[in-house]
Amino acid sequence: MKQTVIALLMCCALWAGATSADTSQGATIAQQGNGHGAAPCMACHGADGGGQAAAGFPRLAGLPEAYLRKQLDDFANSSRTSATMQPVAMALSDAERDVLAAYYSKLPVPAPAASPPLKDDVAQLGQVLATRGRWSNTLPACEQCHGPGGIGVGDHFPPLTGQSSTYIGNELHAWQQGSRHNDPQQLMQSVAGKLSEADIAAISAWYAAQPAGVPKESQP
Amino acid sequence: MKSKTSALIIATLVLAACEHSTPQTAAPVAKAPAPASSAPKSASHFTPPPESAIPNDDFGKQVALGRQIFMDPGKYAKAYVGNQLSCESCHLDAGRLAHSAPLWGAYPMYPAYRSKTHDVNTFAERLQGCFNYSMNGKAPPLGDPVLVALETYAYWMSKGEPIGTSQPGRSYPKLSKPALTPDYARGETVFKRDCALCHGDNGQGQQAAGHTVFPPLWGPQSFNWGAGMELVTNAAGFIKANMPLGRGNTLTDQDAWDVAYFMNAHERPQDPRYKDSIPATRAAFHDTPDSLYGTTVNGHLLGQGGASP
Repeated sequence: MKQTVIALLMCCALWAGATSADTSQGATIAQQGNGHGAAPCMACHGADGGGQAAAGFPRLAGLPEAYLRKQLDDFANSSRTSATMQPVAMALSDAERDVLAAYYSKLPVPAPAASPPLKDDVAQLGQVLATRGRWSNTLPACEQCHGPGGIGVGDHFPPLTGQSSTYIGNELHAWQQGSRHNDPQQLMQSVAGKLSEADIAAISAWYAAQPAGVPKESQP
Repeated sequence: MKSKTSALIIATLVLAACEHSTPQTAAPVAKAPAPASSAPKSASHFTPPPESAIPNDDFGKQVALGRQIFMDPGKYAKAYVGNQLSCESCHLDAGRLAHSAPLWGAYPMYPAYRSKTHDVNTFAERLQGCFNYSMNGKAPPLGDPVLVALETYAYWMSKGEPIGTSQPGRSYPKLSKPALTPDYARGETVFKRDCALCHGDNGQGQQAAGHTVFPPLWGPQSFNWGAGMELVTNAAGFIKANMPLGRGNTLTDQDAWDVAYFMNAHERPQDPRYKDSIPATRAAFHDTPDSLYGTTVNGHLLGQGGASP
């Protein structure tokens, strides 16, 4: 009898699909940690996965699952460095990294915090770099890889909208200085090396001021 | 009850483990770019006026419309477009970039005799060819607002250039012949290493919010067999100078030749000039070692216009 019940339950679980299981396990770790070294994700990334703008903790909600999983792996094997994230990622098992990546990728994108209005020259430079690039210096536009409005493309090009100017600025500086180098084909290191301080400030502020997750009417 | 609960937990754990037993594909390991064997570093070339210089008058409106069509023909010239490409897919920086067949390189060279048509063609007729072949659509009639706007954009961009003088940076660079005959297997290796991240493992590109971000390189949504890009020389020159995006001139010449061959050894929409048979069409329009139309690669006769081999 007991065996039958177990078999039935396993069938039910199969029918229900792995999603709900992943989600509930992911939610548990996100809210409570994993009980052996990984702190609750929400302590820094927020209850809704929207991050903390002032501290530069990034939004995780709605990011591509494969991208999130790769970042956790990279933190764990030290190919992406962060005093905060490396110990957390190292304390997560393979399966826990999977459920967390799945959990956050399926969270709805929170509305970004209101950002101060941009100065005209900052807005203009930010928009030009985001939508046109600067080909005299072989710099593609951000959206040529990150998609219209910076909403992200596929597994490898995460959304830029809904991230704070602090986080975007920190990462661009890290690519530029080589302290972050886990980009496929060195694409971001190459791009960041072509940016000035004013460029980085403008791009960061411009994307932080865009609506998150809502595809803009593209303006070619 | 307790045993049921623990059974459920076990079931879900087992399931979670199964669900994710497939290892994540690691992104390609970045390595130092291979040295380029012939980097055609741009000598001084014509600098087109900036977009901000488009005049705010009735002429400028046509220039701006031409630019919009160029960037998103599927939206602004929908009736004439039959695939997911845009003009910008092959003419980077909105048709301004040297060595990426810039509009300012082409405009002052027309009217011109073209071996492709055995005739003297105007610039507007040349643009019709883009729609017929590269866009796999149909040509707007001469005088159509789409052609007027595109020609106005090209004219505006070419202001100050001498007429009839081939400018440095025009068209795509002509690479010297490769040391090794271009090869499908080597090209596939280059493709997987340097191209698939953006264009996808199957070369079909990627879209976001209904907008083509990375163009499809072959198959039903790409350029057809009549387009200039089907010639391996053109594709190799474009790739060498411009790919991966923003990192042009980092592939070796041999890699550019091999991956151009690989791209053009896939099936794509039929040449609209097709007549009678593939061999007859090859003889009439593709009679060059530079075209793989009508040749057999990996047991597939190219030029059927159907699914990818």
